[in-house]
Amino acid sequence: MKVIIIGDGNVGYNIAENLSRYGNDVTIIDKNAESRRKALENLDIRYVKGNGANASVLIDAGVRSTDLLIAATSGDEMNMVCCLIARRLGTAHIVARIRDPEYADELSGIQEDLGLDMVINPERAIAREIARLLAFPPAIGVETFANGRVQMVEIKVLSGMPIANKQLMVISRNIYQPILIGAILRGDDVIIPNGGTVLLEGDVIYIVGRPSNVFRFCTLIGIQIRRIKNVMIIGGGRVGYYLARLLDEMGIGVKIVESAYERCVTLAEALPEALVINGDGADDSLLRSESVGEMGAFVSVTDRDEVNLMTALLAKRLGVPKVVAKISRADYANLLGDIGLDNIVSPIAVTANYILRYVRGLQNAEGNTVNSLYRIIGDKAEAIEFTANESAKMIGIPLKELRLAPGVIVVIIVRKSKVIIPHGDDCIELHDSVILMTKGLEPTDLNDIILSSDAPVFQHPAVVPIPPFASMKGSA
Amino acid sequence: MNTGMIAASLGLLLYIEAACLVPPLLVALFYGDGDSPAFIVAILATVVSGFAARARKIERHDIYPRDGFAIVGLGWLLASLYGALPFWASGAMPSAVDAIFESVSGFTTTGASILRDIEVLPKGILFWRSFTHWVGGMGVLVLMIAIIPSARANTFNIMLAESSGPSTDKFVPKVGRVARILYAIYGLITLTQVSLLFAGGMPLYDSFIHAFGSVGTGGFSNKNASVAAYDSLYLECVVMFFMAISGVNFTLYYSLFRRDWRPVRTNEELRLYFFIIAASTALVAINTGALYGSFAEALRRASFQVVSVITTTGFATANFDSWPAFSRSVLLFLMLAGACAGSTGGGLKCVRLLLLARAAKREFVKIVHPNAVYVVRLNGRAVDDGTLSGVLVFFFMYVSVVVIAALVVSLDGTDLVTSSSAVLSCVGNIGPGLGGVGPIGNYAGFPPFCKATLSLCMIIGRLEIYPILLLCSPPFWSGKRT
Repeated sequence: MKVIIIGDGNVGYNIAENLSRYGNDVTIIDKNAESRRKALENLDIRYVKGNGANASVLIDAGVRSTDLLIAATSGDEMNMVCCLIARRLGTAHIVARIRDPEYADELSGIQEDLGLDMVINPERAIAREIARLLAFPPAIGVETFANGRVQMVEIKVLSGMPIANKQLMVISRNIYQPILIGAILRGDDVIIPNGGTVLLEGDVIYIVGRPSNVFRFCTLIGIQIRRIKNVMIIGGGRVGYYLARLLDEMGIGVKIVESAYERCVTLAEALPEALVINGDGADDSLLRSESVGEMGAFVSVTDRDEVNLMTALLAKRLGVPKVVAKISRADYANLLGDIGLDNIVSPIAVTANYILRYVRGLQNAEGNTVNSLYRIIGDKAEAIEFTANESAKMIGIPLKELRLAPGVIVVIIVRKSKVIIPHGDDCIELHDSVILMTKGLEPTDLNDIILSSDAPVFQHPAVVPIPPFASMKGSA
Repeated sequence: MNTGMIAASLGLLLYIEAACLVPPLLVALFYGDGDSPAFIVAILATVVSGFAARARKIERHDIYPRDGFAIVGLGWLLASLYGALPFWASGAMPSAVDAIFESVSGFTTTGASILRDIEVLPKGILFWRSFTHWVGGMGVLVLMIAIIPSARANTFNIMLAESSGPSTDKFVPKVGRVARILYAIYGLITLTQVSLLFAGGMPLYDSFIHAFGSVGTGGFSNKNASVAAYDSLYLECVVMFFMAISGVNFTLYYSLFRRDWRPVRTNEELRLYFFIIAASTALVAINTGALYGSFAEALRRASFQVVSVITTTGFATANFDSWPAFSRSVLLFLMLAGACAGSTGGGLKCVRLLLLARAAKREFVKIVHPNAVYVVRLNGRAVDDGTLSGVLVFFFMYVSVVVIAALVVSLDGTDLVTSSSAVLSCVGNIGPGLGGVGPIGNYAGFPPFCKATLSLCMIIGRLEIYPILLLCSPPFWSGKRT
């Protein structure tokens, strides 16, 4: 697929890196000589120097034969203009980054009027992710599928839990809840489990199911879930703003610390319920005088990773039970497992997830649509949601008779409002939402998960289509 | 200072006043009580003065805020003086100070009277006395702007100086249309009330008098016993309802008229206003329950009196001076609070109370969180610091005027309750106070210097302090700007 990316900033670079890695032809348009050098050294792409809103530059970059154009410069208005011109020149699909809160509320209208296929707002996306984390404090990560009907929660197995050192089959007999453990992260390895897999201390498990069932399962395995009542946010940028609004809707009290006075005034005007503090979020005495220790959670989302990291550590030391830091640079994120922060969120990863989901969907325009896509740490595995349409080959065939590709399990089938944890006799029907966990396979279509009939039959030990909780087919 | 333009505007104002004197003249001719010559004299004097004021050639047409304040301040003084002419000339009030007090009390919609027996006065005089409420309620100068065909942009400065409240909205682009819309709403409300009162069995003449009194939130009646004279629950309810809605910001009626409910639903001042009415009524009714025997009777008296005082009207159906101390204290608070900004009522205005309370809350937050950035908001929008400090200063000025005037009035030796409530009542444009100036008393007992002070208080209160105080400040007049 041919892709043009306008703007070679953090996001643009990251998208280019991801797309070119999966075999797409990527052209970047930007004016910055320094970023050009870096991009050409590290990525297998073409680089066109110029203004992305200039028609001749776009034509030079091959806009007419391009399948997808992504406008990701730092300016929203610039992105919109680029899209208008690209639309006129006849690009097939257009995605723009629009992130200013002033436009965010009008986004669907803007999207329609400009003929955009998708709008990405990384700041709002990451704020949503943080809000989900705060709604479920014990989780390392929380994702949703099927319009929120299904939740995937990431939990670390600790020594005291009744599930530690047990086989999944045993756990399912002891703890009756219609959920499924879709993947296990052990060290750097991702395991797609079956009934015989044993959970070890320190494993990170991915629990999938209805939110209420997941919640009950967590309480049953000894995780105390206390509702967070107040949150301190360091950094009143766009992420801080979106997050404060989301938390306010959830009835959580918000305190925002921002160092620029002008920005504080804007925030105070825009967020009636939040308390806006003007000051340096890394200032120990300020945090203490604002009694950070009594906060239910602490979120640092300034522009600078270093500041986020240091303030988060400070908050952890002052006794905040839940600390979330935004870290943009991927190389930092890998360091953080050991230092005791509860959650790390990465805007780059969020944006990349969005774009990849979209690209994956484009690649099979006639096939089954990709609704959600989440990549588990280190891109080793994916949780992916498809809608089954007429082209799906497995409709009506019981799962146990399907020859699934290695490294794939069918985690959940959502049929209208029913959430099904499938076992061997269940089958996928038309218009079902199917949530898969895959490892080592990047399906672009639902049909990619079944092996073609002439391929060698190979039953991967981890993909027995009888999930661990099969005996409790649930649709609670 | 553009003296030519000021003189011309004042001349125009006198013409308008002369025109306003025509309806009472017709009433006087109709009833033939012998007061019509007084009106003819007054009209002639007013027209001649107006002509004299407009004799000078106008060089520049610009009206800056300073000129606007001068026009409003001087205009109100002049209007009150000429408005006193019929009272004086007809012999109804032989003392000039009394006549002026009554006229000021009328125009400022105060409703304080120096008359011991109202019912003996000729009908034309009583009509004029109440008609001044109606003209003064929305503003004489707003009326002028509404009438002159091509109001210039800068006449908005006049409107700003005359309207009540910390900020005035131009809800349509043309200032002339704003004034006309306001008067149209005003007239419509008045006519509705007249017909409702008339339908309830009140004579047509009395209906007009009481409609002027309630819609202008003035409070002059043509009966010695005020509204209580009719002893009709229906009439009391009608009067109470129209008093209450006249205490509401008139621009809200404009949005209602355009079927736009949002400003009404989100208006926090309106909510506070009705909350104060409800809470005060409940408190007073419980407190006076024993006095009236039944709760229903107490509720009837309490609600009417609460609405009458908070809207700064001053009609009475009960002698609230004999109420328990707590109820009287509630009424004193209501005198201070007043109605909504942009209404015909006086007092501090609910919106200012709201902003003062929020400014106080901000101080508390600032102590607990020294670095907090806290924005005071009203109706969901941030209030800028300029407006806020304006409100704080206004509050200080208001209290200062009350304190100084109370000092002057107490020189007479009347008791503290009478003198201080008289001042509070006059500055707030309510009318009756407590003690000697209670609902069954009047201001006749005060010596002339007290009446003069109180007259000044009424105008200061009606124009919200600044226009009159500016007239007394030397820098206002000096500093030529050409």
